[in-house]
Amino acid sequence: MPTFVYMTRCDGCGHCVDICPSDIMHIDKTYRRAVNIEPNMCWECYSCVKACPQNAIDVRGYADFAPLGHSVRVLREEEKGTISWKIKFRDGREKDFVSPITTEPWGEKIPRLAELAEPSQEMTDSQLLCYEPDVLEVDGGLPTISKDKFKQGVYY
Amino acid sequence: MGKINTVYEDCDILVVGGGMGGTGAAYEARYWSRDMKIVVAEKANIDRSGAVAQGLYAINCYMGMRWDENQPEDHVRYARNDLMGMVREDLAYDMARHIDSTVHKFDEWGLPFMKDPDTGRYLREGKWQVMIHGESYKPIVAEAARKSADKIYNRIMVTHLLMDESKPNRCGGAVGFNVRTGDYHVFRAKATIIGAGGASHIFKPRSVGEGMGRTWYAPWSSASAYALPIQVGAKMTQMENRIVLCRFKDGYGPVGAYFLHLKTYTQNAYGDEYESKWYDQTKQLVGDYIDHHPTPTCLRNHAFIEETKAGRGPIHMVTKEAFQDPHKETVGWENFLGMTVGQAVVWASQDIDPKYINPELTTSEPYVMGSHATCSGAWASGPEDISPDEYQWGYNRMMTVDGLFGAGDALGGTAHAFSSGSFTEGRLAAKAAVKYVRDLGKDKIKVSEEQTEKFKKIIFQPMENYTIGRNEITGGTVSPSYLLPIQGLQRLEKIMDEYAGGTSVNYMTNEPLLLRGLELLATLHEDLEHIGAEDLHQLQRAWELKHRAIASECVVQHTLFRKETRWPGYYYRGDHMQLDDENWHALTLSRRDPESGEWEMEKAPVYHIVD
Repeated sequence: MPTFVYMTRCDGCGHCVDICPSDIMHIDKTYRRAVNIEPNMCWECYSCVKACPQNAIDVRGYADFAPLGHSVRVLREEEKGTISWKIKFRDGREKDFVSPITTEPWGEKIPRLAELAEPSQEMTDSQLLCYEPDVLEVDGGLPTISKDKFKQGVYY
Repeated sequence: MGKINTVYEDCDILVVGGGMGGTGAAYEARYWSRDMKIVVAEKANIDRSGAVAQGLYAINCYMGMRWDENQPEDHVRYARNDLMGMVREDLAYDMARHIDSTVHKFDEWGLPFMKDPDTGRYLREGKWQVMIHGESYKPIVAEAARKSADKIYNRIMVTHLLMDESKPNRCGGAVGFNVRTGDYHVFRAKATIIGAGGASHIFKPRSVGEGMGRTWYAPWSSASAYALPIQVGAKMTQMENRIVLCRFKDGYGPVGAYFLHLKTYTQNAYGDEYESKWYDQTKQLVGDYIDHHPTPTCLRNHAFIEETKAGRGPIHMVTKEAFQDPHKETVGWENFLGMTVGQAVVWASQDIDPKYINPELTTSEPYVMGSHATCSGAWASGPEDISPDEYQWGYNRMMTVDGLFGAGDALGGTAHAFSSGSFTEGRLAAKAAVKYVRDLGKDKIKVSEEQTEKFKKIIFQPMENYTIGRNEITGGTVSPSYLLPIQGLQRLEKIMDEYAGGTSVNYMTNEPLLLRGLELLATLHEDLEHIGAEDLHQLQRAWELKHRAIASECVVQHTLFRKETRWPGYYYRGDHMQLDDENWHALTLSRRDPESGEWEMEKAPVYHIVD
């Protein structure tokens, strides 16, 4: 039912509730564990699966076109900077894939712009965005088109 | 219903929606202003919100100007050609000239780019795309917004924009509710930037059971990008320009890397190439546009649809050859795992290993959005240095309502922006918004309690409807007094599908169908006054549906106005099957009068600023 939650693994921590872009992972009031309350609004985006500290959430493909017996499992390891996938076909064949998810320690290279010096009035009045033109790495600065060079002809 | 708590937030710049456009806006706004208060209101959680929530395997728009791979003019020509002549070339050029600076920063921040082993440059998937390991694309970008904004509110469903009462046609912020606490939120802002999502689920999806969530575009893209500006009378453009995607069947896994990088190709059920067979027929419809290179996406769709209608489907992607190469096989699978995991689930469940089986393709239900390969959205001012006078009114990316800016799906005319382009547009809108707020000076926005109390009542009405109506019946989902959000959504999708050119009619519509569709939409709007929400989650669904219904009406009005078939393969006007450059080489504009609800339609000129 797109995502579902294993009863014996879920401890009701709510990480999935916090992250779900579709607001469909909720805590069941009776069992105090997570449950997908609206499977037909699930995108199988795996945000909750990746966020679950107990590996309690899995995906069973949409019933209207996905036969039973498959699984696509994921392990996202922030410290290692990798994501690992195991695909299991209905007939039992398996495939494994590992990809990097970042090349830098989390967040370290993302600046606090408020700590930079104020941009000059000239910069403010120009068409440049922050760190431009240097960050474009081109000679001649930000491209533009002179209005008298516009292609002739307007279509109404 | 008990007493509802109201939370006020006064800020200089409000960003509605923390996807790629909204995060770009928050980031850039901080660079140009140290002292302004910048606030983001996001429906979900910015770490995994918007269309990029599950990641991307490519950045689809990168010029590569430093290596002279493409120039902004090339991008304009490409987008114009793909959209059959119809884009805002000033906005497209402006986005393109800045986009490399966005992408270079993503690289610096830690987003993993694949590199060409020979040149050391970003690995190209096609002329415009660069390949990434983008599982954490959104968390990385979200961090940039978090470090820049004064405050980020997650789980706020923004429902309406506020209007300034001291000056006509000026936006004064937005209101909404917290989906967790049920608090009513009032954001009074001098400038508002719409970074909300385009529209999935306005046309009936091919899968209507559990799988209705596996739409191509995210199910949480609920047309707020359009409904918010439409409700305050902003002009919209090209809303008829819906997109239909050729994708792997059921999972809607993307085909870009397959076509461009893996060099796979399509054939019909009998192993024949079919696109060239439809050349003459297509030429009769669109003339020389079929001879353009690359072939416009809609025209390739057209051949697919015609071949299928002729009884020679399903269409297959020939993967068996490419997948013999283990590197290409890995790319093929990781492409899905990085951005459309659901496709890997479909293939695993159906024992489809593309090394041995050529998978089926399909054409999707239509979507309306402004950041992918189509350009629906709000009519916005362009940059002063390159915009013709008719496209320019003071502040870049400002809509026809003062103080209201947009980025990503929200902006019309800027096709082929994608993730990096949406972030870039957010940056452009933010720099202009900072200037706008500075220019306001001591001029104050006035938003009365009368206005905010009015919206408070409207917003929570669906919960009241449910509470009252539920007492009439013993239980179940059938009430004579209210509609549940899913019931209203399914009616909307059926109307749009059957009357406005969805999959069940092979994307065909005409004037009588559209007029009848408008009648049915009008009664749906009346019924939506009686929508019932059992809880806050359902209240979110109720407002998402209302946004979709407003956007849908706009789509139908535009489709009715353009009396030609500009994009065969996206939709057809059966009563005007020809492309008509004589009368319709123009952009379409609409404005809904907020008081009367009446629509005014007009044409806007197309300036081709690039040869």
